[in-house]
Amino acid sequence: MLKVNDLIVNYGGIKAVKSISFEVPQGSVVTLIGANGAGKSTTLKAIAGLIKPAGGSIIFNGNDITGKNTTDIVRMGVTLVPEGRRIFPDLTVLENIKIGAYLRRDDLKEDINWVYSIFPRLEERHWQNAGTLSGGEQQMLAVARALMSRPKLMMMDEPSLGLSPIFVKEIFNVINTIRSRGVTILLIEQNAHMALKTADFGYVMDTGEITVSGKGSELAVNENVKKAYLGG
Amino acid sequence: MNEFLLMGMAEISGGGFFQAIAGFFQTNLPYILAGISVGGQYALIAIGYTMVYGILRLVNFAHGDVFMTAGLICFYISTVSPLIISLPLTVLFTVALGFTIEKVAYKPLRNAPRTSAMISALGMSYLIQNLALYITGGLSKQYPQIPFISNSVTIWGATTKMVTVVTPILVILLVVALVTLIKYTKIGMAMRSVADDFETSRLMGIKIDNVISMTFIIGTFLASIGSMLYFTNYTAIVPSSGAMPGLKAFVAAVFGGIGSIPGAVIGAFLIGICENIIKGLGWTTFSDAFTFALLIIVLIFMPSGLFGEKKTDKV
Repeated sequence: MLKVNDLIVNYGGIKAVKSISFEVPQGSVVTLIGANGAGKSTTLKAIAGLIKPAGGSIIFNGNDITGKNTTDIVRMGVTLVPEGRRIFPDLTVLENIKIGAYLRRDDLKEDINWVYSIFPRLEERHWQNAGTLSGGEQQMLAVARALMSRPKLMMMDEPSLGLSPIFVKEIFNVINTIRSRGVTILLIEQNAHMALKTADFGYVMDTGEITVSGKGSELAVNENVKKAYLGG
Repeated sequence: MNEFLLMGMAEISGGGFFQAIAGFFQTNLPYILAGISVGGQYALIAIGYTMVYGILRLVNFAHGDVFMTAGLICFYISTVSPLIISLPLTVLFTVALGFTIEKVAYKPLRNAPRTSAMISALGMSYLIQNLALYITGGLSKQYPQIPFISNSVTIWGATTKMVTVVTPILVILLVVALVTLIKYTKIGMAMRSVADDFETSRLMGIKIDNVISMTFIIGTFLASIGSMLYFTNYTAIVPSSGAMPGLKAFVAAVFGGIGSIPGAVIGAFLIGICENIIKGLGWTTFSDAFTFALLIIVLIFMPSGLFGEKKTDKV
């Protein structure tokens, strides 16, 4: 579904991503793990069209989307749940959900009910300003907002960052729910343990390069990965 | 017994108080009316400042000069065509000017430090003023008389132009329409989201350049309407005609809490009324000084204004 070939991205004057290649097959959960500053977020931003890559290509469903503008990429069915949730604090919860479907012109009722069924808390609080939600609720809202665009590929940047253990567990449950609806997921995580448990396939990134790759279950028992990212 | 006493006292002091108020109104009515009128005109300019600031965090210093240009455009078009054609054309050309200024002077600096865009805005302001000086040859131009709003009308013994009555009504209608647009439509929601966060708005598929253009179009549209009302009262247009109302409107936007539309409107009415009451008290010399003293006081003691966001900065 998504094929990244020899992608190079410069960010803030440095080569943040140095020629990486990876693949996300249809219907799978793929994770990129690695330390801070490894270039994971930059990779996702380049795929979403927020940053223009300096080289390489990004192919989505057979279409070259390298360097295309974000609006076109979103329209093709790629969405990004950004790091730090980035919900719109001055919009209500319901408006945040609706704005996720900004490019759609059809009726949203069914989809709104669907995201409410996944996140009942959001329905209870639909009239509140999103800035008043707790961190965990904001993360749920960010996911709900992304789902409203009816994505084929959902990229998630550190969804569990700064959340309590209960919410971390819930967010991974949600990832499984979304996947069961046929949405392909590309996940960035610092919580490598949970990420590898959930993912079909994983890539380990280190200072802009992919160093190790393999099935999630294999990486979880790989000695080097264990040492570096799973705390021994 | 006690009750009677209280009622009696209330009647005496209340009567005196109300009489004093009524007396004040009677003598100052022309000034209060003029204040409401010019306040409404400031409000139509102030909305442009506050909306652009809300989205771009930019003080569009050229806005007052666009307002002046609207006056000149109307003057020149009306020399060759009847008002029924020249007024809509004025709106159209003014909006086109506002749109172009954003594309030429601000869009290329979207990722530059904020100071750069501000300097660009100052440059635009001088460019427009000097172009106007060149085109008019420095001679003041007489704004055409718009029928109906130029007519005289007498309100409670005070004679004034119809525009005094029309302005506050028109301002309220336009503001209600604008607030409805921002609160309840898709483009309004996009404007609020872009004001919150550029990058995430792009992730929603919103084309932020279009939203920013829309903001400038609305702002200059309102300024062009404001120019028709304002120049009906102050009919001589010179290249610096936009500077003072522009600055006053800017103070109104800061006073109301920059970024807030109701704040800008209330601020503008308050400034317009206070200014004119000061004139009514015989201190005309100080009426402009009052407005700028207010700016300094607000900036020192209440930097977020009446209705401003309390946030310090975007990270």
